[in-house]
Amino acid sequence: MAIDSVWVFVELRGDSLSTASLELVSQASRVAHTVTAFLGKQGDVSVFELLSKYGANKIIEINRAPEIALGGAAAFVMASKISKEKSPSAIFFEASYEGRDAAGRLSAKLDRPILTNITALELKDNELLASNAIFGGNMMVSTRFTGAGPQLFVIRAKSFVLEPNPVEYATEVVGLEEPRHLTNAQILNSYQEVRTGPKLEDATVVVAGGRGLGSKDQFSLVENLAQLLNGAVGASRAVVDAGWVPYAFQVGQTGKTVKPMLYIALGISGATQHMVGMKGARNILAINKDRSAPIFSIADLGVVGDVNKVVPALIEALKEKIAK
Amino acid sequence: MKIAVCVKQIPDPASELFLDPKNRLDRTGKLVLDDADTYGIEMALRLVEDGNEGEVVLFSMAPHNEVAGLRTGLSLGASRAVLISDDVLSNSDSLSTAKVLSAAISQEDFDLVITGTESTDGYSGIMAAQLAELMQLPSVTFVKKVTRTQGDLLVERQTELGFDEVKLKLPGLISLTAGSVEPRYPNFKGIMAAKSKPIKQLLLSDLGIDASEVGTNGARQEIVDVTVAPTRASGDVIEDTGEGYVKIVEYLEALKIV
Repeated sequence: MAIDSVWVFVELRGDSLSTASLELVSQASRVAHTVTAFLGKQGDVSVFELLSKYGANKIIEINRAPEIALGGAAAFVMASKISKEKSPSAIFFEASYEGRDAAGRLSAKLDRPILTNITALELKDNELLASNAIFGGNMMVSTRFTGAGPQLFVIRAKSFVLEPNPVEYATEVVGLEEPRHLTNAQILNSYQEVRTGPKLEDATVVVAGGRGLGSKDQFSLVENLAQLLNGAVGASRAVVDAGWVPYAFQVGQTGKTVKPMLYIALGISGATQHMVGMKGARNILAINKDRSAPIFSIADLGVVGDVNKVVPALIEALKEKIAK
Repeated sequence: MKIAVCVKQIPDPASELFLDPKNRLDRTGKLVLDDADTYGIEMALRLVEDGNEGEVVLFSMAPHNEVAGLRTGLSLGASRAVLISDDVLSNSDSLSTAKVLSAAISQEDFDLVITGTESTDGYSGIMAAQLAELMQLPSVTFVKKVTRTQGDLLVERQTELGFDEVKLKLPGLISLTAGSVEPRYPNFKGIMAAKSKPIKQLLLSDLGIDASEVGTNGARQEIVDVTVAPTRASGDVIEDTGEGYVKIVEYLEALKIV
């Protein structure tokens, strides 16, 4: 049993497909007969092959002026295709910057509601049933659409298992014909913030810091420990808002979802906003001076103490161990 | 510059939250200004103050004529507010909200519309793009820096790998990330002044939107089930007396991390 067709807005990080996008393609191929990927790049055969490996039967290459943001362009291209051809049963978007822009603009163009922050999607009686977390992940709500399609879903990373399902694929280049008001927002330059070490979303170990560190300077403890453990650096919303580290480091409801083998929370109390993004970690180690901090309720090992004393001692001990 | 700032009044995030009998967030209690919207108010005030012309107008859709959050926004320096409150708007999703805000804001001419990136209670992060499309405006979402240039804004937009520098020709819309600007605190004078600032109250019928398009009628979705998520058991919690790191090293060894 399956629905007819699913479109997926797939995204690149630099030149590579994002893992989250491949997860969406993989899930789409499980629930639908045909899967069409919309891609903001042309002519990259290695990307096409990877998409088809996970089940994309068709790849639409969006042709747009580079100064127009991809999210809006994708919405315009999708809406135009729907007006001329057959509408898909559902469209999947990543819960990313461009994904949410594309979903939002398309929703308004088609007058269709969106279900967001989805972490599970299953077929039941040949209909899609979507789940999202509320109250900091303490409860799950399952929702289904009742009106006409296409059904729009904005889906969080790491919601689906990635599983190859190789298929034959076709490609088609589709231009952004009438960008209209989109042309009044023009990208002049793109900058990459240099980051070393593994990516936050993919790292085996994530070391994250919170306000309990006390100051921006003390955040270097997080970076040093992460480096020693070959881990990625994360942060709570509080310290991102305080400007200690860029938004790209944020773990939580508003930031990234991580599911590492080990998550180390340093001076993070465990606001529900944060826990939603990391409670899927296989192991959790927390160091915090407040015994009543909620983070201890989910930690496998909790150390009640001053991070600024425990962590330097830990770093020294690890350095000695590595030197041996 | 005349700026519309969309603000959400939400159940106090510090209080315990409940679902109503229809499994929706209970909004019958006291509502407060979403902290996520204070950045937009601050940015708007600075743009108006720097340019020495224009005004900041707050727009909010809220149940039971709630104005507490709007008064907070007015106490920061916004000059007036528009509240859309109507029983048929209950259970509105982000698209319904965008339709209502679009119609209300379009009753006047604004140079710039500002929203938060996502609300603290719903956190869907899509309303800004929906609103921009309904208003046929260019938009830059997830903005972390704003500079005024001649007739335009130069903004920095967060991306997955860094940021983009974007020129936004006005009229346009931006959604602002937390930390983009440091919001001011209301002072006594501001709080007193806010009490007499005008709040225009609108019903859905004032906006020319059909009741079938919004709220429960326009939802086109239904909650099938609400379940308690599996909880994660806590493990050992130890007090650090100077030797806490030893336990951690043992733990890392057991996991074969080191």
